[in-house]
Amino acid sequence: MNRLSWFNVVSLTLGFAFLYIPMIILIIFSFNESKLVTVWAGFSTKWYGELVQNEAFLNAAWVTIRVAVFSSTLATILGTAAAYVLVRGGRFFGRTLFSGMIYAPLVMPEVITGLSLLLLFIGIGLDRGIVTIVLAHTTFSMCYVSVVVSSRLVTFDQSLEEAALDLGCSAAQAFRLVTLPIIAPAVISGWLLAFTLSLDDLVIASFTSGPSATTLPIKIFSAVRLGVSPEINALSTIMIAVVTVGVIAASLVSKRAAVRRRLEEQTAARTE
Amino acid sequence: MNSAVFAPWEDPQAKPLIQFQNVSKRFGDFTAIDTLSLDIFEREFFALLGPSGCGKTTMMRMLAGFETPTEGHILLGGQDIDPIPPNKRAVNMMFQSYALFPHLSVWENIAFGLRRDNMPKPDLTARVEEMLRLTRLEQFARRKPHQISGGQRQRVALARSLAKAPKLLLLDEPLGALDKKLRQDTQFELMDIQEKTGTTFVIVTHDQEEAMTVASRVAVMDQGKLMQVATPDRIYENPNSVYVADFIGDVNIISGRATSSAEETYSIEWAEGQAPLTATSATAFSAGQSCHLAIRPEKVTISSERPADAANAIQGKVHDIAYLGNLSTYHVELPDGTIIKAQTANTRRISRRSFTWEDPVWLSWTATAAVLLAA
Repeated sequence: MNRLSWFNVVSLTLGFAFLYIPMIILIIFSFNESKLVTVWAGFSTKWYGELVQNEAFLNAAWVTIRVAVFSSTLATILGTAAAYVLVRGGRFFGRTLFSGMIYAPLVMPEVITGLSLLLLFIGIGLDRGIVTIVLAHTTFSMCYVSVVVSSRLVTFDQSLEEAALDLGCSAAQAFRLVTLPIIAPAVISGWLLAFTLSLDDLVIASFTSGPSATTLPIKIFSAVRLGVSPEINALSTIMIAVVTVGVIAASLVSKRAAVRRRLEEQTAARTE
Repeated sequence: MNSAVFAPWEDPQAKPLIQFQNVSKRFGDFTAIDTLSLDIFEREFFALLGPSGCGKTTMMRMLAGFETPTEGHILLGGQDIDPIPPNKRAVNMMFQSYALFPHLSVWENIAFGLRRDNMPKPDLTARVEEMLRLTRLEQFARRKPHQISGGQRQRVALARSLAKAPKLLLLDEPLGALDKKLRQDTQFELMDIQEKTGTTFVIVTHDQEEAMTVASRVAVMDQGKLMQVATPDRIYENPNSVYVADFIGDVNIISGRATSSAEETYSIEWAEGQAPLTATSATAFSAGQSCHLAIRPEKVTISSERPADAANAIQGKVHDIAYLGNLSTYHVELPDGTIIKAQTANTRRISRRSFTWEDPVWLSWTATAAVLLAA
């Protein structure tokens, strides 16, 4: 085994300290007995208890989850369709322009996206609420989905689709029965990406939300302006836990699948 | 003519299954297929052979329906198939990459085409089982494509494309991904399956040995044109051009001028101070017409003394020896610097070899051994 040199140990420690110290502090203080955030007064889980009783936070969480589910689903459908046309649509007029334009929202400042959506919703007289947040989140997350899905489509063996046509599929059947199952992992990771983007988003949501609908990030942000409470720490700790469990589970599943596949391929090659 | 021999192309009454009628295909400025006409008959094993970029794959993709001819028509059983999309054609294709659906088992891959036809379940099961038996894949039915070996994948691809009992099966470099030994075994398996099912096969390949082994007729293509269409032995023994002679197998080409010396016999002046060569040819050459003489290395005999009754004999010295195990190819340099290859079977051990580097030797061949081609 390679031993780590002292230089590597220092780099590793510094890097990870930089990444994780803020979160660790937050987690520790979520278990603080005292109402004062910066003064430690013993271990307690009372803030978690209070959090469960806080209607406003629970409502905001529910809104956030609904927005994330709807917008990521919508973004996945639109983004996959766009990716398919741009990768497979042949050489139609303006294709290069469209391919470039689909990536533009990735680099556009969120404030501008949010502002332009706000102007649009006011212009067409759409009342701001869950619907407008869903539409706004779909708008900016579909290009992420499109990027993820098109990178999978580029490496996709096109003769698979031709084989499906050759065996009697219509174009729609070929997509449903062959293309979609094969690109499914990319579509799912596109959905997850869109989902987390929607959960995270503060800027665009604050432009497009109305009094009837507040998302959790907006709620936290406005609560913090009145002072950081241990309750917020508890809420944040729960969010960190959920994300951590999700990421570890996903990587374990995909790693196990990869290992199994490699073993099966090795076994198959030996039977030649 | 023996009627037992399968040769519908010799029979003027026979109706071709596929007809290419003056077909051209252009991609922008590039002409992939250039006014080409060709008939392929039922139950034939037809090979399209040529270097990459010669248009053979385009021919196949037009038959499958993935490309349409720019000009001309393709007829299948007398019907113009140009407007028919790939999923409505009684033509199936085996892809070079096999294109097996990775998310489906071997069984489901084979059943895929049958399901599209809404075949009743008992019939479908019976047909899939039959295909599995034909390709000896019964024990792998439940496996996914990545769980089987390359040779097995090739057989799944074949079974899948044959399952719908197409009128015509297209095979795009079907054995390209297999190693040499497996490829040779599979060639015979392919011929066997073609005979059992009675399907018309059109195979695209750049491997001339493969085309010669499996095909009833071979079409040699170059730059979107057919150079020669004939049975493997005719292509090899009677190539109609230097291109075909050179593409199929190894050949020595000697350039010269032909003069008729007797009926269908010509003497060829080929070098200063050398006796003219003699060759027979059914094709007429005018006096002094420039020509190429094509001789296969295995038809050239190498000896230390001048053979007494040889029609053609040239002296040279051994320049190089390629030892192939079963055969040795001698590269013999003539006085004017030309290299002629002569091939002999190594019937004796290598230590008993009669010739070595720089040995003076005589090369000889009969009057009928070589093919006389117009320049």
